[in-house]
Amino acid sequence: MPDGKRKRKKAKVDVSLCVACGCCVKVCPLSAIQIYKGIYALVDPKTCVGCGKCAAECPASVIEIKEEPNT
Amino acid sequence: MKNQKKHWYDFLWIASLTYLILGFFNILFAWLGLLCFFIPLLISFGKGTKSYCNRYCGRGQLFGLIGGRFGLSRKKDVPRWMKSKGFRYGFLVFFFLMFFVMLWNTYLVFSGAQDLKQVVTLLWTFKLPWQWAYHGTLFHDGVAQFAFGFYSVMLTSTVLGLVTMVLFKPRSWCVYCPMGTMTQLICRVKSGKDR
Repeated sequence: MPDGKRKRKKAKVDVSLCVACGCCVKVCPLSAIQIYKGIYALVDPKTCVGCGKCAAECPASVIEIKEEPNT
Repeated sequence: MKNQKKHWYDFLWIASLTYLILGFFNILFAWLGLLCFFIPLLISFGKGTKSYCNRYCGRGQLFGLIGGRFGLSRKKDVPRWMKSKGFRYGFLVFFFLMFFVMLWNTYLVFSGAQDLKQVVTLLWTFKLPWQWAYHGTLFHDGVAQFAFGFYSVMLTSTVLGLVTMVLFKPRSWCVYCPMGTMTQLICRVKSGKDR
């Protein structure tokens, strides 16, 4: 990968506090987030570009945009 | 999202709004609200998902619309305690206790021990005269008593939801919604996870 060392922003869900309401799923422009078995929101890190729409929408404010090392 | 296709279920807020309005004209329509209890339970028991919350909940859509699109929300984070498990489960228990009190009052009217009270109780405390929405019933008075009681539950939760919508994020009701908490619990148990 050309930019293997650059850090990328991804949405991170605090699953212990997630209420699985699905507001994040509705706003995600890339369908990178889904509700896993009705328990919590699960981000697909390969698709997520860290735009932050889900974090803004989340009623419980349990999504953070964090920098992650590229893998 | 503007660039995402709208589905039929994205308009269920109209059903929720209609439900609330109908309660001002004929209280017996309150019975329809049972759909908001049984459908999420059936989905979570049957499929083990929260697709009711995720897709079909008209109440959530209504809050999203008023608070989000119309901007009637401060869009602040909910306080930490409000999303804690203790508060969410505590509110679920409290909500159902109040629900059973309502069922008990309905039973008392059915059994003839109590007369029908044409009253909607807001926030479990304030008794609002509601006789204008009652025009008699072909059935037992208890049928009407349940309608008054159930509409009280629905109106109370809507008012609470509107208050937290204004104070915090538009759909902050979803954080402590008893149905949401319960269906999540069912899904958790179904998936075999204990936490």
